[in-house]
Order: sequence, then structure tokens, then C-alpha cells
Amino acid sequence: MNRELVTLDANEAAAYVAHKTNEVIAIYPITPSSNMGEFADAWSVLGQTNVFGTVPLVQEMQSEGGAAGAVHGALQTGSLTTTFTASQGLLLMIPNMFKISGELTSTVFHIAARSLAGQALSIFGDHSDVMSTRSTGWAMLFGNSAQEVMDLALVAQAATLESRVPFLNVFDGFRTSHEVMKIERLSDEDILAMMNSDHIAAHRGRALNPDRPVIRGTAQNPDVFFQARETVNPYYLATPEIVQKTMDKLAGLVGRQYRLFDYVGAPDAERVIILMGSGCETAEETVNYLIEKGEKVGLLKVRLFRPFSVEHFLQALPATVRKMAVLDRTKEPGAAGEPLYQDVMTAVSEDYSNGQVYSPFKTFPKIIGGRYGLSSKEFTPAMVKGVFDELNQDKPKNHFTVGINDDVTHTSLSYDPDFDIEPDYVVRAMFWGLGADGTVGANKNSIKIIGEETPNYAQGYFVYDSKKSGARTVSHLRFGPKPIHSTYLIRKASFIAVHQFGFMERFDVLENATPGATFLLNSPFGPEEVWDQLPREVQQKIIAFKMKFYVIDGYGVAKSAGMGNRINTVMQTCFFAISGVLPREEAIEKIKETIKKTYGRRGEAVVKKNYAAVDETLANLHQVTVPEAVSSHIELPPVVPAAAPDFVQKVTAEIIAGRGDALPVSAMPVDGTFPVGTTQWEKRNIALEIPVWDTDLCIQCGKCVMVCPHAVIRSKVYDDSYLAAAPETFKSADARFKEITETKYSLQVSGDDCTGCRLCVEVCPVKDKTQAGRKALNMADYPDLREAEKKNWDFFLTLPEFARTDTLKFDSVKNVQLLEPLFEFSGACAGCGETPYLKLLSQLYGDRALIANATGCSSIYGGNLPTTPWAANKEGRGPAWSNSLFEDNAEFGLGMRLTLDKQREYALHLVERLRDVIGSELAADIIKSEQTDEAEIFRQRDRIELLKKRLAGRDDFASKDLISVSGALTRKSVWIVGGDGWAYDIGYGGLDHVLASGRNVNLLVLDTEVYSNTGGQSSKATPRGAVAKFAAGGKATMKKDLGLMAISYGNVYVAQIAMGGNDVHTIKAFLEAEAYDGPSLIIAYSHCIAHGIDISKGLQQQKLAVETAHWPLYRYNPLLKAQGKNPFQLDSRPPKIALKDYAYNETRYSMLLQSDPDGAAHLMSQAQQEITERWKKYEQLAKSQD
Amino acid sequence: MDLTTTYMGLNLKHPVVPSASPVTKNLDNIRRLEDAGAPAIVMYSLFEEQITKESHRLDHFLSYGTDSYSEAMSYFPDLNTYNVGPDEYLNLIQKARAAVNIPIIGSLNGISSGGWVEYAQKIQEAGAHALELNVYYIPTDPHLSGGYVEQMYLDVLADVKEACTIPVSMKLGPFFSSPANMAHRLAAQGVNALVLFNRFYQPDFDLENLEVVPHLVLSDSNALRLPLRWVAILYGRVPVDFAITSGVHTHEDVLKGLMAGAAVTMMTSELLQHGLKRINEVVADMTRWMEEREYVSVKQMQGSMSQKNVAEPAAFERANYMKVLQSWRFDPTGSLF
Repeated sequence: MNRELVTLDANEAAAYVAHKTNEVIAIYPITPSSNMGEFADAWSVLGQTNVFGTVPLVQEMQSEGGAAGAVHGALQTGSLTTTFTASQGLLLMIPNMFKISGELTSTVFHIAARSLAGQALSIFGDHSDVMSTRSTGWAMLFGNSAQEVMDLALVAQAATLESRVPFLNVFDGFRTSHEVMKIERLSDEDILAMMNSDHIAAHRGRALNPDRPVIRGTAQNPDVFFQARETVNPYYLATPEIVQKTMDKLAGLVGRQYRLFDYVGAPDAERVIILMGSGCETAEETVNYLIEKGEKVGLLKVRLFRPFSVEHFLQALPATVRKMAVLDRTKEPGAAGEPLYQDVMTAVSEDYSNGQVYSPFKTFPKIIGGRYGLSSKEFTPAMVKGVFDELNQDKPKNHFTVGINDDVTHTSLSYDPDFDIEPDYVVRAMFWGLGADGTVGANKNSIKIIGEETPNYAQGYFVYDSKKSGARTVSHLRFGPKPIHSTYLIRKASFIAVHQFGFMERFDVLENATPGATFLLNSPFGPEEVWDQLPREVQQKIIAFKMKFYVIDGYGVAKSAGMGNRINTVMQTCFFAISGVLPREEAIEKIKETIKKTYGRRGEAVVKKNYAAVDETLANLHQVTVPEAVSSHIELPPVVPAAAPDFVQKVTAEIIAGRGDALPVSAMPVDGTFPVGTTQWEKRNIALEIPVWDTDLCIQCGKCVMVCPHAVIRSKVYDDSYLAAAPETFKSADARFKEITETKYSLQVSGDDCTGCRLCVEVCPVKDKTQAGRKALNMADYPDLREAEKKNWDFFLTLPEFARTDTLKFDSVKNVQLLEPLFEFSGACAGCGETPYLKLLSQLYGDRALIANATGCSSIYGGNLPTTPWAANKEGRGPAWSNSLFEDNAEFGLGMRLTLDKQREYALHLVERLRDVIGSELAADIIKSEQTDEAEIFRQRDRIELLKKRLAGRDDFASKDLISVSGALTRKSVWIVGGDGWAYDIGYGGLDHVLASGRNVNLLVLDTEVYSNTGGQSSKATPRGAVAKFAAGGKATMKKDLGLMAISYGNVYVAQIAMGGNDVHTIKAFLEAEAYDGPSLIIAYSHCIAHGIDISKGLQQQKLAVETAHWPLYRYNPLLKAQGKNPFQLDSRPPKIALKDYAYNETRYSMLLQSDPDGAAHLMSQAQQEITERWKKYEQLAKSQD
Repeated sequence: MDLTTTYMGLNLKHPVVPSASPVTKNLDNIRRLEDAGAPAIVMYSLFEEQITKESHRLDHFLSYGTDSYSEAMSYFPDLNTYNVGPDEYLNLIQKARAAVNIPIIGSLNGISSGGWVEYAQKIQEAGAHALELNVYYIPTDPHLSGGYVEQMYLDVLADVKEACTIPVSMKLGPFFSSPANMAHRLAAQGVNALVLFNRFYQPDFDLENLEVVPHLVLSDSNALRLPLRWVAILYGRVPVDFAITSGVHTHEDVLKGLMAGAAVTMMTSELLQHGLKRINEVVADMTRWMEEREYVSVKQMQGSMSQKNVAEPAAFERANYMKVLQSWRFDPTGSLF
């Protein structure tokens, strides 16, 4: 049978089999498994059937726990059911997993294995999650590549139906889930041949059915529970043989033979490595290399980890084995060893204690265990060799680590990092690009062309930095005549393309170049000029390595072809033209075919402009004549400024520079605690244009300062004496504030931190009377301004911050602009709609805020290394921030409040007790201080300092304890922050409980109406008619009215705000919410990249959302009730425009209009009706006296 | 009473035709137009530029932010089909052909030579009985000569005529140095009818926000004057059919148009303001008017007041202007009346 050869990643491979073999699929997004759910949903929307001829029913749930529950129910009623997840998501499924296995129910969950959050969250791959489910009684199969994942997904599906033991189909997150490979796709016939209709019928026969009722899920007592638990043993005992039989059957069909434990290597191996997952690929490559060098080594790939068959395990190993190293991709602190090591040790020991029933060894082998590859840490042939070398030692290190430098407990093995085994016939190419330039997309297409149009095998893996704006991407492409097993980043590349000229000064882009390598540079400088623009080190390397050097003005070509800043097609054409993978003409034809396939659905015009880009590329691609001598005086600048603190210099800078892998264990904090305010040291310089202030036009309204998502545009007032030291181009104007004595005002932009989003320009209300298109802020090319503006910014920072206790009231946009932001320069998307609210929070309450942040966009741009945006003021005060989980954030924040309340109560008690020591006047002042305004809070802080002084040196327990809890005597502000995925879906139960608690916490929901961080999946906040992943046909249900649900409690302050709709209202809501001594909920409209809008128009869209009444502004203040007033204030006007006039400015709505006009019209009409009805309801509320 | 007229070889039961407008954007309305008595339908315009822009916009937003961040490779599901091409328009023509028994006239606005020809052919293939070229072009470049612009019109016509076999009309704006000469040259190039005139959308200013804003003003009967004059001037001199498409609101407007020499008069603003029923009402009023004055057919009156058939041909020229000016009286309060 001719099977289709396709290039895809393991997520698609697993989803393919899952969709082909199931009827019900419950999904919930979590990286790196989200794509599986997206594929399944998209295929069902397109009407693609499973092998039984019916379209699987895909249901999004509110959490992984919900998905597991739905799966359990569907299984219990006889459906073939599956789900996909990873990491914490899998942990949320554990309770149901016990039930499902306890009831011997056939199912397969597909897992893109990922780290668990401990000292930090990580989205990357290891086995921590699946290892946490070992006790659930699920079988675990590990696939090590996309092909294996597809094959074993089918094996798992067939085996679970026969064995009745549920299966996890496991593969490594990112390394396998996202690695694009050329594989052979299983046909429907293959899949059907593996499905046994009797087993399926038996599965259905066990279902709950009122026609033949049974009861399942009873409660059992000490008398029988134990025995009942032991009933399942025969099924587990039978499972390994069933799996092997199934593997054999698959081999008969497709020719790929798998075993429970696959041994590769020398038949007379003495040293063997045992592991599972993608690392096996690298280990196999290395073992084969070492065997050729005459070494007696081998590798045992564990495929079926559970049920662990001691018999199969021992029989898979050669009798000659003397030493084994067992590698676990997980860590269990405090355990006697990691899971696989413990199983191996148990298996060998048990067999020896039984008199060697299965083990063929002459003597009890030396067994050591170690950890590798946590959070997708590289696992290379050098490390594999390092492990084999260690086994050669007389006393090899046990419980070792490999791949890091553990200079604390010295667990790490040393190895030769230059050990390289990659054969010459594999072409290795690296591409440095920006997310925005389309480099990764182009490389994915190149992989498809090479993989599907040539006999070559191909592999693509893509590395992203952790920023959402100006993100750097590095693509690693391998191709060659044999299957590729190198599951590690390219270390030596014969082709390096740099798609961004600015990278030349920021990164050592040629670090991985081999002698004679080809170097392609997208450069605004032509072949004659470019050489002099390169840093000295780069010139040296090009000459020393005799590199072939090509340049193209990719942006020029792209612009000319109508491609804007998407240089993907241009650079892809260059790659094919230079690399010679295919004859040039053929390559161009294939590129065009791919363009047609990729973009054809978006219209002929899009195809044409890409074709034009291809056609114009070759004429603009030039080889550079490399001079014989280095001539440049350009040096690579330091990663962070010299003024950066020690930790930033020694640790943060190394991470920024891409050298984090080399940091030793001792460099890292032991408990995940990091200094704040580090984004200020990472100057990314990503804006091509920045706003420039017109001092004459500006009315100093502060709107630009308020809206800037990255806090790069700031204002200060100060005495004009400061200007004496100002740089020449520093701008100032007479301050237009009535209540203050400062005479000057400056608006300053930090150009190196700006993303060029234009929100500030768009919000500027001033227009030049002589030139209506000109505002008080206008965008201008940054490179021309950079040197001057860097000096201006540095000077601006030396100007004093406005004193919070001065006479100004911070209840207006104009005055709030003067408050120092303590949230700055985050890596959020350019023009982010969420961050302005967080910055406002930091301005108003940052010096006394505790922030619990739900996982999501705000936890990523708020807390992802290398640098983080939450900062401290000059006194050292600032938001104390933490992210616990996705689902528990409201509870996490409530816990913070509980501490504050308890400690305050205790501290007050101690103050009373120690009144004589403290001084009764001070004690009385402390006790009675209400701290309802800034000045009083400052006074209370002074009192506490005085209290500490008076208690200092005292040795009694009470005095010491009072010092340690005295901080609770000053007012703190607890903020519980997260997105709609948290508030409406996964965390709703907790949010509801916290609202009901009556405690003084402030919940801020940054509502983008979609799961933004994981790529735009529908949430219950998604409005009717909007397209989102998991709602590809347009969301068919209405948005949940979270605010109204909270209002129903009566004692919760609730505000719905939109900064672009009414910025003063936004400030009012923050002030009232914080002042309210009880739970407060602020729901903030946050425009988002996932809306498909021109992000610079985000505020206009917010305004339209308000004007259509899609997003009515209101406040519900329970305090008004006590005053006999209506607590519900409707703060926006009745709708004056139709919903569609707002909605169809956004791709999330308009794309449905294009794909399904009738459906879109129907949903829009329903949505309009709902909005109208809801408005009437709100009007009634506003009129009624509660 | 014989109300029939012939327009581009199409035999129409009367001369009150709904012109290109959003009314024809769905099949139900097209059916309703037939039910309301429309003798033919000019479809809304297919704008090549709009198709291109929609494609680019869709591509931009589906690509924006993709493959940049490891947790979100994209932000939207890539749906199977998007109606970004002309398919929706062409399908509607096909459906309209099947649904109604009156001629369907396609309407096209291109921006590229290839686009004009490609879409004209597709409209013909979709079954349109005729095609109206809506050359909506605003020449803003000060370096572009009038001659160059005129040649563009002629080239577009030549390309389309070469590619299509159905009759082709051209909808013109009034802004030519020599409209008569332009009409003559278009006729020589084979145009089957001239549609006079395109009321180019005129932007307005928002004084509050100092912004240029779109502002659609529906026509009234006063707008009839301009095409009335030019049809009257051209009738009998340029051998093509004429359609009047501005300011047609009442039976009187229709009668005037016919007398000036129009084969058909086209109506949109009236239908948008007062409903599709106005077609039959206008036709009835016209019939009554004709009966009262003992006209027997539309053809009888067509061109009867064209420049070459009136007693005072100069009335269409400068003399008429002077006469109008002299008729104004100055109001000492400062306002004209």
C-alpha cells in the first residue's frame, strides 16, 4: 500500500489518530497540547469523519478537570472518547483518571508532556506531569518522534479496547509535539484494521443504560474495598502482552516493529543507557556512532512504562550488560531515585532475589540513575557520551544530572561539549528572524517542500524567546537522505540566515557556523556597503571560516511586492536559490505551489503579491566579495548597562544573551524568588518609529501616559532649576496644573523600550489648527532620534517623582499621569489592551499592592524570565507579585488577604500588649489610624518605623513577633488579576467563592473575550458570533454576564470598564473598588491581537464597544445602598450604533462574514437582540431602587 | 400604451430601471425588484479594489502575530473558505438569472487592466445579459493629463469589448473637458450605451473632530439637470443608447429623460427612500401623463426634446446660462431667493 508521506508535528499526528478513532472529544487548551484540540475541532467543523464514518463530537470544557469529567461520563455511556492535555492540566485530570482506571474503562489521553510548575512555571517539555500520574493505574506508552507518536497512538487505542486498561499516549512537549517531520501517514484502512469491532461492542456493552441498569460508583467499606481493588490485577498482568501483540499487528500492516522495550546497540554491549521519550532518538544516534568506533554500548528505549513488565524489560537486555545508566526526564525531590531508575532497580533486584528468572546477566549490574532534559533542556550526543563515559568509571556517580553545571551539590556529569556526531550528508540550516517577519512560517513551508517534493527526510524545530512583541525566532532545519533522529538544536550549521540586520549587534549569530558555511543576511546595505556595517567579530569569523556571504534587501523587495514587513517569501526564495536543495527553477515552482496552497483561500491578490515577491527576489540577491582583512571598529555592545545591579549583570544578562544554559545551579535562586524591575535593563530597541512630543500643541491631558501599554511615555512636573543640567534636545513646557508649585512639565519617551504601537498618538485629543493631521504626539523614525532620546530619557529619570502626598487628588487622567508606574517595559504585545490597566493599578496602589496573578498572558509578560516588569520605587516599595496556578488564582489572592487580616489583628493585639514599651501615644495613633488617604498611609509607615526602633534590641518573643508582623499595620491592597479564561471558566468557582467571602480583595479581570495566551480559544467571555479556536463556526452562545452574576450578591463592588470608552470612569472604578472594604470585581475590556484589529485603533474599538452597548459601562457600589441610593449606576449612554458597526472592524467577526455570510448574519442578529435586551435590563436596574 | 424600450439590444417592458445599488446585494431583493415591476436589474458594482483589499486585510490579520510565540502559533482557526474573491458576486448573478425573468446587467469597477478583463469575462460567464463598466476613477495626480485619463477609459473599453460578447455600457462621471468628444470616441470604440452620470461619493468634513468622513447624500430631482442636458446634446449625434442615472425620482423625471433621448432612466435614491413600489407608481403616473396627452409609445417621445429636435438648440448652451443668471433678483437683506 502506498501511504501518503506528510510533514507534520506530533501534535497533529496524535490528533489525527485520536480523531479517526473516537466519537466524543472533550478539549481544553494548555500548551503544548492545545494544537491537538484545535486540530480535532477544526476537522470536525469541516465535517471530517472518523474511520467509522461519523464526525466526532468535540466539546470544549471549562478546565482540564471538566474535560476529564466529561470524558468519564461519555465513556460510562459507551462512547469512544478521548482528550488531550499536558502539565497542570493532566494533574487536574488525576481524580477522574483514578475513577476511569478503577472502572476498567478503555480510553486514550494524548499527552504532550510538560514540566510542572514548582519554583517557576515552564511551558516546555519533560516527564514531570506524566510521572505524577503513575499511581492512577493508567498504562503509559512513549513515542519518541512524530511517526512513533502516530503509530503508538493507534497501538494505544487498540490495546486499551482489548485490555480495558486506560492509556496515556505520551510524547515530549515541544521537542516532539512541535517538531515538524516527514512521516508516513496511517491510512484509514490501517486504522480500521487495528480496530476490533468486538472490543468496541464490549466497551459499549459495559455502558450505563437504563434498558439494562447497573450501578457503578458505589461507596465501599473496610470489609470489601481492598478486595475490590485487587480485582483488576489480571487486566494489568495481561496488558503488556496485549500491547506487544498489538504492536506486532501494526508491524504486519506498516512494517514498523515496536517492542515494549526496544533495544538498539551492540549485541554484546557492556554499558547500556535506559530512557524514554525523544531523548532516545539522540541516544540511538550516539550509540550507533559509538558502536562504529568500536564501543560496546547499547540503548534500551522504554515504550510501555506502565504496566512495567519486569519480564519483558530484563529479556530485552543483552546478557553482556555490566553497567546501566537510567535517565529520567523528571525530578522527584526527596525520593530514593527518579521513577524509571526505581523501576529498573526494583526489576533487577527483584529478579535476582527470585534467583534470576529473567535476567541474563553474569553478575548483578551496576545501576546508576540520573536526570536530564528538564523543561526541554538540550539533550545532546555529547551528553549521551558523557553518561557512557561515566559508566566507564570505577565508581560512577549515582543520582547524577547531565546537561547542567551543578556546582552546589555536584551532581552534574562533565562531558565534552564539542563532541559532535552529525554526519556530513545532513544539511543543517539556521534562520534568525523576528516573529513578525514570517520566518518561521516560511521555514515550515520549506520543510514541506523538501519533505514532500524531494526524496529527502526533513526536520524543523523552532525556538522562540519569551516576548510577545519583537520576539526573536530561531529556526533549525535539517534535511538529508536518511531519517533524522537528532532531537536537539543544530550546533553546527552549513547555512545561516539572519533575517534581521539588528541581530548582528545583539547576538552571536555565526556561533554555530561551520567552515565554508553560507551566510545570508537581510540587509538594508547593498553588497558593496554591507561589509563596513558588520561588527568586528562577525568580519573575523566570515574571513576565518571562508564563508560564502550573500545579502538581500529583503524589506525593500517585500515592500515593492506589496508584502509590507513580511519578508518570509523573499528569504525563503533566497534560501532555495543559494542552498541548491532543488534546481532553482524547480524550487521556485514548488515555492509558488506552496504559496497557492497556503494563501490561496485568502484570495488571488495575496497569492499574486507572494508570487511577485518570489519573482523580484533573485534579481536582488547578491553575493558579497569578502575582503581579506577585518576593517570594522564596531564592537558588540554590553548586554546590559554597567549600572545594572550585580544579579542582573551575572545572571539576567547571561539569559538575555542566550547563554542561560551555561549558568550554574548556584546562580539561581533556591526558591524561585527574583529581584523586581529588571525589564529596565533589557533595552530591546524594537520600534522603528516612536512618538515625538510637540510642546506647543500639548495640553498635558495625560491620556497618552495612561494608555501606553509599556509605560515608555511618561510625564513629570518639576522646578525649572532642574533644566540647567538637561541635554540639549530635552523638551519641556510650562506646567499646566493649577494646584501645584512645580513650574515645568516634560513628556518623555523611552525609545529603546517603545514598541511603536501608536496607541498614544491615536489617543491624543489635540489637532494642529493649521494642519489637522498633526497631533501633540506624532510618530517619527527612531534611528534618527535614538542617540539624543537615550540621553533625554536618562536625564528624565533623574528628575524627581511627584510626591504622592502632595495636594493633588489622583482621580483624573491628568493628575494620575504624574504617579510613577511600577509596571514597565513588559514583553506584552505591541499595543496590548491589558497592560494599561495593570500600569494604572501600579500607579495608584503599587507601593502597597500584593498581586495574585492567574496564569495566562498577564503572568507571562508579568513574570517570564529573563526580565520582569513589576518594579519598585526609590524607597524600595512596589507590587509584590506572584503567580500560583491558572485555576486557583482567586483563592490564592484571598489567602494573601487572610494573612494580612490575621496579622493585622495579631499586630494590633501586640501593640496593645506592648503599649508601655512602644509608648502609649504612638500605640494609640497606630491603632486608630484608618489610612483612608495617601498622607495617612505615609504617616502610619513612619509610625511603624518608629515602633520598630523602639522595639529594636528587645529579646522577648512578643516584641520580636510584633516587629515581624508590623508591616500588616499599614494598609495593603490585594489585587487578584487574570484573564477571562481564568475568571469566566477555569477559575470561576474560586472567583465566585472569593466574592462571596466578603473579604477585602480586588479582582481585576482583563477580559479579551478569548484565551489569548494559548492562541485564541473560545471562552465563556467570547461573544456570540465571534470566531475563535474551538468556535470556528462563530461562537453560538452568548457571552456570560459575569458582572451581573457578581452583583447578585449585593455586597460585591462591581464595575465594568473600558479605558478607551471612558478613561475617567476607569480611574473612578479603581478608586472605588480599592476603597470598598469588601470584595470588588472590575471587568476591564481589553482589546487584543486575537481580535484581529489594527491594534493602534484599539481604543477606538473600545469606544465603539461601549457605544454599541456590547460593553456597557457601569458601577455597582454597595455603599450607595446605605445612603439610600441605587447602587447600580449605568455610566454609558444608550446604544446609538449597531453592533455590526463595531464588530465588523474586527477579523474575529468579519472572517465569519466571509466564510459563512448567512451564519454570520444570523448570529449577528441574535447578538444584536441580546445586547438590546441586556441594555433594557440594565436600564431597569439603574432606575430601580434596590 | 406601448411603454417598451430597447436598451443595448435588450427589450425592456418600460424604461424605469433600478440602477446599481446595495439593493441588489441579495437574491430576495432581486426577486422583489422584479415583483415591483423592474424591467431589468443593474447589479451592484463588483469592485476589484475591494476584493484585493479584503484579501490583503484577511491575510494580514490571519498572519499577524503568528509563529512568534511558543504558546500561540496563531490566533484564529484557518477556515476552509473565505469569500474574498468575486465568487459571491458571480454566484448571485447566476442565481438571479435563474430566479427572475428580466435581464440582469452586471456592473464592474476594475483597477487593473487584467482585472477589468478577468472579471468582465467572469460576469459574462455567470450569465449577465449585459455589463456596465463603472469607471469610478478619481485622478488626483497633478501630473496626469486629461488626455491620459481619457485614453484609460478607451483602453478599458477596448479590452473588455475584445474579451466579451455581451453588450457593454460605460458609466461616466461628468468631469471631462469635452464630454461630447469623449462620448464620440467611446462610441467609436464600440460602447453600446453610456450611463450618465456617476455621482461620485463626496466626502464631508467633521468639524468637531477635524476629520474627513464618508457622507452619502441621496439625490433629488435637481440632480437630473446635468445628465438631462448632456443626453439631450448627445442624442442623435453619438450612435449609442443613453441611460440617465441621476435625479430620477418621479414620472416627470422619467419623461424628461426620455424626451432628452435616454433609452432608460435609472433610479436608486427614490427606491431607497420610498421603497421598491415606486417603480410601478412612477410607471403608472407616466402612463397616465402620456394618456392624457395622447402619446402612444415611449419610443415616440424618445429624443423629442434633444438638442437637435428642440426649437431653440441654444437653450442647452451658453445662452441658456445667461438667461438663468439674469432671472435672479438681488435681495437687499443679503439672501438670494
